[in-house]
Amino acid sequence: MRPLAWAYLAAAYAFIFLPVVVLVAFSFQDGRLPVPPLRGVTLDWYAKVLSDRAVVAALWNSLAVAAVSSLVALVLGFLAAHAFARVRLPGSAALRTLIVAPMAVSSLIIGLGLLSVFNGLGIRPSLVTAGIGHVVINLPLCFAILYAAMGDHQRAAERAARDLGASEARVLWLVSAPMLAPALAAAFFLSLTFSWDEFIIAFLLTRFDVTLPVEIWSMLRSGLSPAINAVGALVFLISAGAVVLAELLLLRRRT
Amino acid sequence: MGLAAREARLGWGLAAPALAWTGAFFVLPFAVMLALSFARMEGRAVVPALDPGNYLRIATEPAMAGALANSIEIALTVTLISVLLAYPLAAIVAFLVPRRWQRLALVLAVLPFWTSYVVRSYAWLLVLGQKGIVNGTLEGLHLISAPLEIAATRSATVIGFVHFFTMLLTLTIYASLVQMPPNYARAAADLGAGRWAIFRHVILPLSLPGVVTGAFLTFVLCIGDYITPQILGGNAELTLPQLIMLQLGRSGNFPLASALAVALMGVVALAYAAAFRWLRIDRT
Amino acid sequence: MTAGLTIDRVVQRFGDAVVLPGIDLEIAAGEFVVLLGPSGCGKTTLLNLIAGFAEPTSGRILIGGRDMAGIGPKDRPTTTVFQDYALFPHMTLADNVAFGLRMRGVGRSARRERAEAMLDLVGLSGRGAARPHELSGGQRQRVALARALAVEPEVLLLDEPLGALDLKLRRAMQDELKSIQAKVGTTFVHVTHDQEEAMAIADRIVVMNEGRIEDQGPPRQVYLNPRTLFTAGFMGEINRIPLADGRSPLGPLVPGSGTLCLRPEAIGTEGPIALGQARVLEAAFFGTHVRAHVAPVAAPELRLVVHLPQKALPAPGEVLTLFARDPVVLP
Repeated sequence: MRPLAWAYLAAAYAFIFLPVVVLVAFSFQDGRLPVPPLRGVTLDWYAKVLSDRAVVAALWNSLAVAAVSSLVALVLGFLAAHAFARVRLPGSAALRTLIVAPMAVSSLIIGLGLLSVFNGLGIRPSLVTAGIGHVVINLPLCFAILYAAMGDHQRAAERAARDLGASEARVLWLVSAPMLAPALAAAFFLSLTFSWDEFIIAFLLTRFDVTLPVEIWSMLRSGLSPAINAVGALVFLISAGAVVLAELLLLRRRT
Repeated sequence: MGLAAREARLGWGLAAPALAWTGAFFVLPFAVMLALSFARMEGRAVVPALDPGNYLRIATEPAMAGALANSIEIALTVTLISVLLAYPLAAIVAFLVPRRWQRLALVLAVLPFWTSYVVRSYAWLLVLGQKGIVNGTLEGLHLISAPLEIAATRSATVIGFVHFFTMLLTLTIYASLVQMPPNYARAAADLGAGRWAIFRHVILPLSLPGVVTGAFLTFVLCIGDYITPQILGGNAELTLPQLIMLQLGRSGNFPLASALAVALMGVVALAYAAAFRWLRIDRT
Repeated sequence: MTAGLTIDRVVQRFGDAVVLPGIDLEIAAGEFVVLLGPSGCGKTTLLNLIAGFAEPTSGRILIGGRDMAGIGPKDRPTTTVFQDYALFPHMTLADNVAFGLRMRGVGRSARRERAEAMLDLVGLSGRGAARPHELSGGQRQRVALARALAVEPEVLLLDEPLGALDLKLRRAMQDELKSIQAKVGTTFVHVTHDQEEAMAIADRIVVMNEGRIEDQGPPRQVYLNPRTLFTAGFMGEINRIPLADGRSPLGPLVPGSGTLCLRPEAIGTEGPIALGQARVLEAAFFGTHVRAHVAPVAAPELRLVVHLPQKALPAPGEVLTLFARDPVVLP
């Protein structure tokens, strides 16, 4: 039983890693096509990609859209979660469902709806419209994480702060937010990675300035190339780096 | 003004930004899309109407109904295969891997998450293509004489999807396995159950709600995805999202695209009803 | 600073449920009042109304003569010591204690000085830099007290503040609470369901039941001369002997009609009221006394609990001649 299990584990990991390994390996391909055989090892493709203005611009665009939209989603989600955890509003269950509803709807449909509205209003596609779309998908996530994190312990401390004379803004800033710091960080990082990797909304709602996934998509149209492998490997490096960083920060906090 | 009224006003004030955002950028677009789905195209202009024509086209035109069927078939296949692959993996990590290595095992199992979504599908194209790793290896071993046509088929789409959702499901199933109080299994063992009986009668039934939730998520994300079928499946056999994008790109036919999107949501709603009906029946 | 408190015909309803049907209560400045009652009696609801966490359906609450209607907890001259302490986990003890002063715009150095003094008062000198999770339950309790007192409230509210502590620590904290109250002179309104705690600390006990005030007075009076059967039973164990026109199953004991209440420790081998002979059913040594169940020979179906001196451990079946003192007859 046990050897079989370990064999299964190995096979599963092989399957999971196969595309990543192929992607990274052929980003060093000394040749025009990222397929076997590996003709030699070169960093030329990285140099080429990093000197490609469109790619670098798209990378910065992606970071900007991700950072701003995640921040907006975080603030809106935090305020709403606080409101629903603190005050018993009429119809609050229905309203909470409404706020998390976009999670159950395909991004394609959210993008299509927004595109229709923006078209109707004569608003041109841009990084701003894409950012608006990213807030729509990240707000439910931030809200759900933060609402779940607000327990009785939290409520008791907020009540005590109010009793000691704190205004609502100071309760939020001095008590709620610091107590929720780990959840706030988790929600922000998760939003960041979702926005950073999001394709379809960005594709529908941007035009001239695009995000990195959209730029990669347009590179794909001209066929297979180790340059795409190099971009992919770079994106992987940035994302994995952010995850390791987040993990380290959270771990240090815990001990 | 009384305290209660002031509290309520404060609550509404704090919730208002999120509610307004959701209203303006989710509910309103959805309403517009719903209205558009009953509109007509005249030339390149959208004419408001209450015309069920788009829905009739989806139901009757083979290309449209076919795309709907393809999407559902692919999503069901992917969900089934992913659950069957992920469950053993999650169970092995949860029960056989030593506790201190479990976190690392999980991080490794989802590492490819951090490659870009677009790039991940592209990487599978490299693996499955005519000159790709799979064909190269098989030919090198003289197992096949001519390259297999995997890329640009439904199989490629399914493999790409299964790769992604196996990772996702491994996480969710692992979570539902480790949060189970160990005393259930201990009680069963104490009453004379063997390893297999414990799994079959205690662990599996208790983990099913987590599995169903994960499977629902897989189905929903899978059926709404455009990238994977577009890159790996090609244009031989279209899925619903591909058809929607085609309407937007080629002819700017927003009404038909909207109707297709509504159809897609209908399928998701049915899946939701099925999954949660099952969960509720099972729990009570 | 200290102020009196007036509860004037306060009614609290939640939907159809009437939690407080109408409470009237005067509390003098500097008084230590304990609201005592079983869970669900409305004592915590009343405390919340005073603190401003909820508003009464009708009636007025005045602190130092000022009507508190429409004033939120943040602007009331009250602070609360919560049952779960509700210390801010992300702040040091000094920052916790100084929080209320910070909210009132007190400068940093004045705040620090005052926090240090308050920590001194509760016996945590020099621990200002520690964080709540480093403390024991009793120490957290002290910090919560220091934090609430730091802003010099006119009325301090304590919501079962000792409920989470173990028995020994609770008894020790009671004494400390009493001495701190004497030192600061603030009006204390303390809620508990523990009658021993109430008697140990209160100037006046207010016994509540089902939203009403059953009885009130100094501990001695409430214990020895309860006004109702509920109070008599809630303040401690009691023997009830039915009484009709001075006649009881044990013969004539005291004049009156209703229920004759006798505390177990008020029954013994001497006293002004002769109870006659009783057979011991069982007896056990309780440290400070011997506790025995007896059945009077004249009324064998009646059961009495009596506390006998340590030395006398009677055997089951033994017959004792019993007397009683401190009789209370309640309707």
